[in-house]
Amino acid sequence: MTTYVDQLINKEYIDIPKYSPKDFKADIDVRWCAGCGGFSILAQVQRIMPDLGVPKEKISFVSGIGCSSRFPYYMNVYGFHGIHGRALAIASGLKVARPDLSVWVATGDGDCMSIGGNHLIHTCRRNVDINVIMFNNEIYSLTKGQASPLSKVGQKTKSSPLGLLDDPFNPTSLVLGSGASFVARGYDKDPGQLKYLFERAAKHKGFAFVEVYTNCVIFNDGAFEEYTRRETKFESTIMLEHGKPLIFGEKHNKGIKMDGYRPVVVDLDDGIHSVNDLIVHNEQDSTLALILSDMSFMEGLPRPMGVIQAIERPTYDEKVTWQIEHEIEVKGQPDIQKLLKGSDSWEIN
Amino acid sequence: MEKQIIELEAATIRFAGDSGDGMQLTGTQFSDTSAGLGNEVNTFPDYPSEIRAPEGTLYGVSAYQVHFGNRKTNTPGDEIDVLVAMNASSLKVNLKHVRKNGIIIANKAGFKDKNLKLAKYEVSPLEDGSLQNYQVFAYDINEMVRNILQDSGLSTKDVDRTKNLFALGLAYCLFDRPLAATEKWLTKKFGKKPEILEANLKVLREGFNFASENQDMIVRYHIKPANLEKGTYRNITGNEAVALGLVTAANRANMPLFLGSYPITPATEILHHISGYKQYGVKHMQMEDEIGGITSAIGAAYGGALAVTTTSGPGLSLKVEAMGLAVILELPLVIVDVQRAGPSTGLPTKPEQSDLYIAMWGRHGEAPMPVLAATSSTNCFEMTVEAVRLALKYMTPVILLTDGYLAQGSEAWKVPDVNTIPEIKVNFATNPEGFAPYNRDPETQARMWAIPGTPGLEHRIGGLEKENGSGLVSHDPMNHQRMCEIREAKVANIANDIPPVTVDGPESGDLLVVSWGSTHGAIKNALYSLRQKGHEVSHVSLNYINPLPRNLEEVMRRFKRILVPEMNLGQLKTLLQAKYLIPIIGYHKIQGNTFTSKEIEYKIEQLLSEKEN
Repeated sequence: MTTYVDQLINKEYIDIPKYSPKDFKADIDVRWCAGCGGFSILAQVQRIMPDLGVPKEKISFVSGIGCSSRFPYYMNVYGFHGIHGRALAIASGLKVARPDLSVWVATGDGDCMSIGGNHLIHTCRRNVDINVIMFNNEIYSLTKGQASPLSKVGQKTKSSPLGLLDDPFNPTSLVLGSGASFVARGYDKDPGQLKYLFERAAKHKGFAFVEVYTNCVIFNDGAFEEYTRRETKFESTIMLEHGKPLIFGEKHNKGIKMDGYRPVVVDLDDGIHSVNDLIVHNEQDSTLALILSDMSFMEGLPRPMGVIQAIERPTYDEKVTWQIEHEIEVKGQPDIQKLLKGSDSWEIN
Repeated sequence: MEKQIIELEAATIRFAGDSGDGMQLTGTQFSDTSAGLGNEVNTFPDYPSEIRAPEGTLYGVSAYQVHFGNRKTNTPGDEIDVLVAMNASSLKVNLKHVRKNGIIIANKAGFKDKNLKLAKYEVSPLEDGSLQNYQVFAYDINEMVRNILQDSGLSTKDVDRTKNLFALGLAYCLFDRPLAATEKWLTKKFGKKPEILEANLKVLREGFNFASENQDMIVRYHIKPANLEKGTYRNITGNEAVALGLVTAANRANMPLFLGSYPITPATEILHHISGYKQYGVKHMQMEDEIGGITSAIGAAYGGALAVTTTSGPGLSLKVEAMGLAVILELPLVIVDVQRAGPSTGLPTKPEQSDLYIAMWGRHGEAPMPVLAATSSTNCFEMTVEAVRLALKYMTPVILLTDGYLAQGSEAWKVPDVNTIPEIKVNFATNPEGFAPYNRDPETQARMWAIPGTPGLEHRIGGLEKENGSGLVSHDPMNHQRMCEIREAKVANIANDIPPVTVDGPESGDLLVVSWGSTHGAIKNALYSLRQKGHEVSHVSLNYINPLPRNLEEVMRRFKRILVPEMNLGQLKTLLQAKYLIPIIGYHKIQGNTFTSKEIEYKIEQLLSEKEN
């Protein structure tokens, strides 16, 4: 007997309605602070939804706790506001139970990297087909300003008034090292790139992690200014493009090459170096991805933005389905009575 | 030779040896054979928490006890009638449970100087006269199997490994049981290794023949089949019964089953079983931790699966926050807690009934949840199906309490016909007209269940307080009180949907024993014995603890005194006293093992004599 869930999973769609971004706006006030980087993320997510080719009812947003985790309330799709740190475990159960859904997680640097760190690394390793947007503001905002695992060493916060002693995670290295198949980074003040990254994440089959530098105007204003201000961003960041050499700088006159196993900056105007010396970005090269990600925290090197890695491998949820199909193929259609009887039964007459 | 046959109602045999001696297998075979003959059977494995403890040590003793009879056996047995002791340590650890004049079959090869030293014996108990109150049969089983298999070409190690089958053959002869079932099992297991199979069969038969021709063993015991209902039977442990209950309930509800779990003793076997049921469309995730276990299940429930998480005490502690989430989301979820001795790591392989408080009240905020308890290994099946029924009908998480004793002990189970188990109706919301996620069924107060994929019902739920009906986030104080009261009333109302308690024994009188969970069996046996002595005592066994059955208070008030024996320091006692203001006599055993029926019997006799004085 087909279950209701099976009917939903197997439902065929002939015509998916033409949506506009406003179809994805929930009829509720967005309660983030004026100037919050979250607005930019919300707008871009709502912009890409109409073109995903997914019926609205098949989209689910899951979150944990924090400013970012209010996100599902603002999306007019199915939404689940969970508990602190657990969004990825909730989303994993949802995706495995319902592989037909497009499952998204909105999370923050505290929710995702601190209390939810264990779920994060294991969801990466399993490659569950979930799209994660991590709003990184390098602070705990909803609890009003404590240090997060991504806050900077020495940073003064309400919980580190004398300066933070902890070293932060390098978030993209953490997820790459845990086996994430798609890893990207963008920032709130570049909506065009955010839109592109969200589209890529949505199209990626497997675990997709997009870190977004999200300015918190109240508790950590300007944390990412160096990478987002016009005056500095060209020198401090590098936009990754698949198949293109790593060039940056306002005048496109700097590049990254490998010196042994270390990436170094070279001057393309020095008469010694040319484009041919530079690393060419390859999203499918996991070794390169780790190097690029590590570059983020290296003194004197620009911070990479864009798609760091995009590698497809079988997803956990599809493997679960395959295993069930394989078992039925080998052992035949299920017979509960036979299962109950077991292999060592006897008759009393 | 001609043996004297003695008829018994029931007997208890315990196979004890080193962790690597194959005692679990030997006991299981004895149990399966006895059950196949139509006996009632209860078993309990007793093994150390170390996987392979150092050989010969006291703490490395592994044992398997089988209680079999021609009437309901109820428990794995209090006193051991026959102890098979493969070494000195296994004798030392188990001797205190052997009844006076009971039989001890000892493997002399396990009583050498080294074994005696490890067992902390100065002199061999087989030789110092200390066992004069028992019937002792001591043989060098290692030497015997080496003689039997001298031409087999097997290594000494392989030869020695067959010694448990010699002991099993001997025990089969002693209790007049056929070898056929074990022979069949061995053939299946070793079919691809003919030389090992041949050796095992030979040793098993020689063990039987040895006892049969032995001049010292003049008695054989005979236990008639029990008066069992016709049907198909099998042995089943509580953990397997839970696993099968879940698959069956999913079938009856026509829903996909999802298990989110994390390994923990003594609940892990549920995960083992479920993970093998892929053919039945079951999905499971072995999550990274206990919290992941329950939250993945909640995610699956949100997606429309019949979602379950399984654990034991320490894991339940970790799941508490997520349990509160399931309460406020009003999503169906079954949480199985196989209780073990706590607090903290406690005695991880030993049973206890000490999670009742956490099941009832162990959450922040007002977070009511139905709490059910299974009373026997086979009852785990029924209560699992019941937990699913209530979770789905009332849109609520439900806790099912079992314990290590029920989970790992087994009993003969009459396999039910799946089609006789009632269907479980689930009403998913599909109509967008007037839909709101917290609109409720007027009868059950269950909220609407609208799952992703259903067009037009897109909505948001979460851990923030909801406005009743709309499900929108609400901080309104009056709404919060109202929602707390609705959730409380919804669970309380389940009292109208569960069977009233029935009294075993007179409907009123002096003494009523009230129990929950696995103490059931020992109390039943105690009452059997007391009734034979002419005492009138009544018993109520609870499967439902939240809500309690509607007639419980009225039943309790018909008795002058109430006794509640439980494997904790008085958790049900406190609950019942608080609820009904009826004084209760508690009887608490918290020693990592169950009550024996003798202990219950003595306690009741003591209470009865106090009254007479």
